[in-house]
Amino acid sequence: MARYPRLLVISGIAVTLMVVLAVFAPLIAPYDPLAQSILARMKGPSAAHWLGTDQFGRDLLSRIIHGLRASFGIAAAAVSVALVVGGTLGLLAAYYRGWTDRILMRCMDVLFAFPVMLLAIGVIAMLGPGPGPTAIAIAVVYTPIFARLIRGPALVLCESDFVTSARCIGASDTRILFIHILPNLASVIVVQTSLLLSAAILVEASLSFLGLGTQPPSPSLGTMLAEGRNFLMLSPWSAVFSGLAILILAFTLNLLGDVVRDTLDPRLRGEQ
Amino acid sequence: MRLLRNRLIDLLVVLCGISIITFLMIRLIPGDAVAIMLGANTEVTPDRVADLRARIGLDQPILRQYITWLGGVLTGDLGVSLWTRRPVTTEIAAHVWPTVQLTLLALAIGAGLAVPLGVLMARLRGQGWDMVLRIATVAGLTIPSFWLGIMLILLLTALLPDLQLLGYVPFLQDPVGNIARLLLPAFALSLPILANLARLVRSAMLDALGQDYIRTARAKGAPERAILYRHALRNALIPFVTSVGIMTGYLLGGAIVVEQVFAIPGLGRLILGAIAERNYPLVQATILVITCGFVLVNFVVDLLYAVIDPRVRQGA
Repeated sequence: MARYPRLLVISGIAVTLMVVLAVFAPLIAPYDPLAQSILARMKGPSAAHWLGTDQFGRDLLSRIIHGLRASFGIAAAAVSVALVVGGTLGLLAAYYRGWTDRILMRCMDVLFAFPVMLLAIGVIAMLGPGPGPTAIAIAVVYTPIFARLIRGPALVLCESDFVTSARCIGASDTRILFIHILPNLASVIVVQTSLLLSAAILVEASLSFLGLGTQPPSPSLGTMLAEGRNFLMLSPWSAVFSGLAILILAFTLNLLGDVVRDTLDPRLRGEQ
Repeated sequence: MRLLRNRLIDLLVVLCGISIITFLMIRLIPGDAVAIMLGANTEVTPDRVADLRARIGLDQPILRQYITWLGGVLTGDLGVSLWTRRPVTTEIAAHVWPTVQLTLLALAIGAGLAVPLGVLMARLRGQGWDMVLRIATVAGLTIPSFWLGIMLILLLTALLPDLQLLGYVPFLQDPVGNIARLLLPAFALSLPILANLARLVRSAMLDALGQDYIRTARAKGAPERAILYRHALRNALIPFVTSVGIMTGYLLGGAIVVEQVFAIPGLGRLILGAIAERNYPLVQATILVITCGFVLVNFVVDLLYAVIDPRVRQGA
């Protein structure tokens, strides 16, 4: 019992650290992420460049901090949009049932039927590569997932006594949905947002790695990994550290979601 | 039978929806799709735009376009590639096997190792282990497979410089070389699903072990091995099977990325090449084919689920 709060604290601090790094990237990064230096190309870690430099002599630590900002920003924007749109659709489907539910969820089923990466690639193929299209692509992919995740628990809540009571005293649909039902879904939303954010980071990194996301020279973790791969045998640092940064970012977010889920879900608390 | 009928209706609805979305892909491109496509390779002139528009039928009313297109799809005609003018189906057929093989191999590795690993994890309970296992599985889930692939290449090239790691040889030409080269990418690709499935098996095992029928089995003096494998595992495998179906989707998408790392000429290369030269009909057809494959796999898995678990059959 005592060890869950410990992991919770650790992962909470780690995620906060990531957020701080992303938000204050320009203040924290020691160098300009685009500044090139011909003399200091593909160097290993040193006192001046903690993580070394890339093929243009750009400081890797600065590029990774800025790349973290880009990846985190795109993933967070995409997941927020998906949460609002998908969550609302899921709520409406659960509340109104019948044809609303059937039609909405059928549409979500169709979107859900596409493999995640493939649908994202399809959306980018239409809109052209770039950070904006990447965010839209990830939002499209995660909307049906949020709709499904919210609809399930919302269905149970809609049947509960307090909703019936609210209806009896004449509360409007909007009021019931947003004042009575939504707050009760907070724990589901927090957990799933954290887990899906972690997954979205990986999708963003994959898309950038394929050259469909953030375009060079802007620093992005996936793009850096793709560039570093071309110089793997000469200087592996760029590939090693950019990938490690993706892993750490996705790992901390996933761990946080995972630990929060266990802490909030009393059924699981005793078991594991 | 009713279950089968309902599932078939679901399947048809979803396939219909998929066809509409992929059909709309080209039509929803902001701006003049035809000019954008032409712009990738040649100078855009009104003549060429009109010619290409007529060639892919974009000058027809939209409903007519859909019906013509769907008719083609159903008879196996997915159109022709814009630049090579070869049938799209030929292009896809030339690239589909490496991806399918990679996906299946990764699925076999992931699902195959997940069962013993999950059972082992279920037996390791208590103080230190829970935290170690949790961190290990979360790390497995979140490790980017393309990065893992690159790191494995780096490591193996340093250790065994003579080993041929990249590329692809057809199975019929060199079966051993084919599998040997696919092992590393398949392993990199399978790690997240291995972590996911092992964890699922673990919690399902723990769940099953707390049930009454396990106590009954213990009470009648069944040996511990039999309890673990015959009684608990069999029930624990039910959620496992459904997840395996969903994992295929993840694997197909992941394969597209991992293929790039290992220079495997699969669907990933096809679709990325098509995007680069704005060959939209080819992008559209590839997405349609892969998605339909994925949906059909899940359909079969759903039916298998009913075969394994009599409760599903009764309940439906």
